[in-house]
Amino acid sequence: MSSETKQILTTDGIPLEVSLKKAEKKNKIKAFLLVAPLLLFLIITYIFPIGEMLFRSVDDRMVTNMLPKTFQAMEKWDGKELPPEEVFEAFYLDYKFLVEKKTFGKLATQLNYEKNGFKSILKKLQRKMKKFEQGNYKEQIMNVHKRWANVEYWRAIKRRAPDITYSKYLKAMDMYENEDGKISQVSEDRRVHRILWLRTLEIAFFVTILCFLMAYPIAHLLATLPMKYSNLLMICVLLPFWTSLLVRTASWMILLQQQGIVNDFFVWIGLVGEENRPEMMYNKTGTYVAMTQILLPFMVLPLYSVMKTISPSLMRAGKSLGGTPFVAFWKVYFPLTIPGIGAGCLLVFILAIGYYITPALVGGASGTLISNQIAFHMKSTLDWSFASAMGLMLLTGVLVIYWIYNKLVGVDNIKLG
Amino acid sequence: MALPKYTETRYRIWHYFYLFICTCVFFFLIAPLFVIFPLSFNAEEFLVFSDGMKRLDPDAFSLRWYKDMIYGTKNPWGLATKNSFIIATFATIGSVILGTVAALGLSSRHMPYKGIIMATLISPMIVPLIISGVAIFFFMAKAGLAATHTGIILAHIVLGTPFVVITVTATLSGFDHSVTRAASSLGSDPVNTFMKITLPLILPGVISGGLFAFVTSFDEVVVVLFLAGLDNTTIPIQMWTGLREQLSPTILAVATCLIVLSTLILVTAELLRRRSERIRGISR
Repeated sequence: MSSETKQILTTDGIPLEVSLKKAEKKNKIKAFLLVAPLLLFLIITYIFPIGEMLFRSVDDRMVTNMLPKTFQAMEKWDGKELPPEEVFEAFYLDYKFLVEKKTFGKLATQLNYEKNGFKSILKKLQRKMKKFEQGNYKEQIMNVHKRWANVEYWRAIKRRAPDITYSKYLKAMDMYENEDGKISQVSEDRRVHRILWLRTLEIAFFVTILCFLMAYPIAHLLATLPMKYSNLLMICVLLPFWTSLLVRTASWMILLQQQGIVNDFFVWIGLVGEENRPEMMYNKTGTYVAMTQILLPFMVLPLYSVMKTISPSLMRAGKSLGGTPFVAFWKVYFPLTIPGIGAGCLLVFILAIGYYITPALVGGASGTLISNQIAFHMKSTLDWSFASAMGLMLLTGVLVIYWIYNKLVGVDNIKLG
Repeated sequence: MALPKYTETRYRIWHYFYLFICTCVFFFLIAPLFVIFPLSFNAEEFLVFSDGMKRLDPDAFSLRWYKDMIYGTKNPWGLATKNSFIIATFATIGSVILGTVAALGLSSRHMPYKGIIMATLISPMIVPLIISGVAIFFFMAKAGLAATHTGIILAHIVLGTPFVVITVTATLSGFDHSVTRAASSLGSDPVNTFMKITLPLILPGVISGGLFAFVTSFDEVVVVLFLAGLDNTTIPIQMWTGLREQLSPTILAVATCLIVLSTLILVTAELLRRRSERIRGISR
């Protein structure tokens, strides 16, 4: 008798192990094929375009392609003094070509991003260029405008030579690469983006805290009340949740306006005088109030679903063991709700950090967030690469929180309604 | 939550304070919505309660803004409503089909790389809308679909599927797979099994996911702002324009209609959720 186990065969004579593996593999492929259409759709219409944003934010071939001769001539120029005649000649030829193709406007826009003042001198050059004579372009160009004799402008052109640039990312942090290639900060009065980033974080943080402070008691009440009352109260949470964001923002615009109901109430209780009604809209206050109310359901629902599972007998046990209700709450109930707190806070923070509509409508100048800046550059200045760069910076932040959320809560545990 | 008789006074006071706080928060949540109702019937052009309204004078109320909404000159709401419904309907159908099929695959215990794939499928819900808007705009512009219904519908499918995936996988988590095996053993092919056995059982989840997708598309404004041309204007776009330029009572009339619509959707969603929980044997 040998002790070795005999291989189990299926009816087809194939070893069971092999057959099982084959079946498992088939099941795997089947499951994957079901997910494949959506995954493919999302990759094409969503994930891939986000990747394209990354490309767009660093892509700088536009200027490189517009001034090929200039950059070739500039290779030998060390950038210390004014470039030699060859560079001026190459620039003249490149620019003449662009003027003929009528695409010189784009160059002006691009170079103006790099250094202010390019637009006007390029326009002037375009007008004067028609009368240029053959040879000695350096002098002729420098005569057009005194800025053409300023080496800084030529250095600015040279900075646009590489195919890729991370200057947009620096710009989003109010920094720039100066003439010697060192990264330095822009002057104090022009640091707009840093203020926006900090304000976005600040508002998202405090909105999360406010939501938590307001959601905790009502989630507790909803979870402990008898069904028939809690279902009714749940509607108060769910109705705003299902109502259009614009409708809710509109209602805050009515409430918070200077002749609005909230101000009427303040005057009526004598908090403020009739003459100096406070501005509560088109500033940070408006953003805070409206965003807190709009995001509150996203905090209540995860807290509620966790609190619902906590047995009331735990609190009773805590009290019967000698704890006061406060001690029982703090030592028994509160620690059990931490998963819900984590889920709710992360969700609200993620949503708040990318908020656009509400700040744009009630935020005014002092209550807008980084999203509004992105939209501004997408729609008004048309500096899409800068918008992409800021978008990706925001996205990175959100993805880090999303990753934490996924580790702590798990995306499949997101509860809706 | 009646307090027991032996409760000490300070806890009694604390309890009433707690109830007071809760009342305030509920008021904060729901009251803003109710401001819109009376003001949409305002006879005057201002968005404040007139003295007549405060005295409940019938002359201070009128249907003037509702008439303006429907019959007003150069009225954008008709086209916007039509577009909104067309876009939301097709986006919902697309989201439900893609999302349900994907959820079936994701709920299979054989699914490889489940975590990362799930995270990817849910990402449009997490990524800030402004970023989704920029990315989708770049894609649609390249594909020549900017300022078309198709482009907006595709964008809304992207935004709507996460909701369907979440609700349907949640429904499937309590699904008894032995019933599908029973169907197969009785000779049913997979498609037939799905249509006759699985779908009817998970239908509440599918419909409530569909409702989420519908509302997402119907309310969506950020992505549409990037994509829409003049012919593709939707209700949210018109509201956005109106709110930015001047807050007219006509917008409040529209808002009232939207609140009524969302109430109907909420009731449907709640009924479905309860039914689904009853079917799955989870009762609260």
